[in-house]
Amino acid sequence: MPVDSKKADTLEVAGRKLNSRLIIGTGKYETYEQNAQAAEAAGAEMVTVAVRRVNLTDKDKPMLVDFLDPEKYIYLPNTAGCFTAEDAIRTLRLAREAGGWNLVKLEVLSDQKTLYPDMEETLRAAKLLIKEGFEVMVYCSDDPVYARKLEDVGCCAIMPLGSLIGSGLGIMNPVNIRLIVEQSSVPVIVDAGVGTASDAAMAMELGCDGVLMNTAIAGARNPILMASAMKHAVMAGREAYLAGRMPKKRYADPSSPLAGLI
Amino acid sequence: MDITINGEKKSLDGPLTVAGLLSVLALETRKIAVERNLEIVPKSKYNETALSGGDKIEIVQFVGGG
Repeated sequence: MPVDSKKADTLEVAGRKLNSRLIIGTGKYETYEQNAQAAEAAGAEMVTVAVRRVNLTDKDKPMLVDFLDPEKYIYLPNTAGCFTAEDAIRTLRLAREAGGWNLVKLEVLSDQKTLYPDMEETLRAAKLLIKEGFEVMVYCSDDPVYARKLEDVGCCAIMPLGSLIGSGLGIMNPVNIRLIVEQSSVPVIVDAGVGTASDAAMAMELGCDGVLMNTAIAGARNPILMASAMKHAVMAGREAYLAGRMPKKRYADPSSPLAGLI
Repeated sequence: MDITINGEKKSLDGPLTVAGLLSVLALETRKIAVERNLEIVPKSKYNETALSGGDKIEIVQFVGGG
């Protein structure tokens, strides 16, 4: 929360108010228990989840819902692994039936090697989903033109990649992220590519409304400690953005007065 | 009757509804979704939706994901 404002600094997506601007994934953790501890340490209120076949042979496998309570966390079903609009729509219809809500994360990928979003298919899927009443938070490239098109068709959050999913390379094109932030009237959330706390802070300093990450936390040596680091980084970056940074200068500017120098 | 559930062929005694199938499989209906031949079966229709031989059924749930 900004120090100079009494108003709570909340992230509002599709009518839902979140105090935390950090959204976390629930993949790649050693156990769901560790996942739950990380979510707690991150202060997350929204988590992404995948839709997969129920295991019919091993029904005693632990279930996500037993560790991350859908009453406590907003489940954001994703379309990870979908390479066509049709696959994504089919997955999200099932998600809506399973969960009973319309808020979803759309991602339509192009190839296994880069998992780069296929923007033509993403835009097509977004239009169809919105027609069916879904509220679509959309994973996209950092192309401001496509970001605008996605907003124009009614997506409720624009989620450009910082860099490739699971790469931890950070924000490769801060200029584009900034352009997307400036032009968007819905929340902009950097999704994918964050590797460490400074990347998350950078996203927030650029004016993003939130950050979504999975591997940066799950893949850390100590995921729970990293979750806490990310919480602080997102808050620090947000406050720095609201505070307005000092201008950059080419030369030194002494902090101590020159007058009275002996 | 032979039906395919989550990609696996199974022989089951008919007649069977979706509700009956879930009971045979001992699956909790909490937070799952069922698709029959690419069409969603709403929870409210589990009792009245009868399965036919050759049906392709998908039963999904939420799992960890990014």
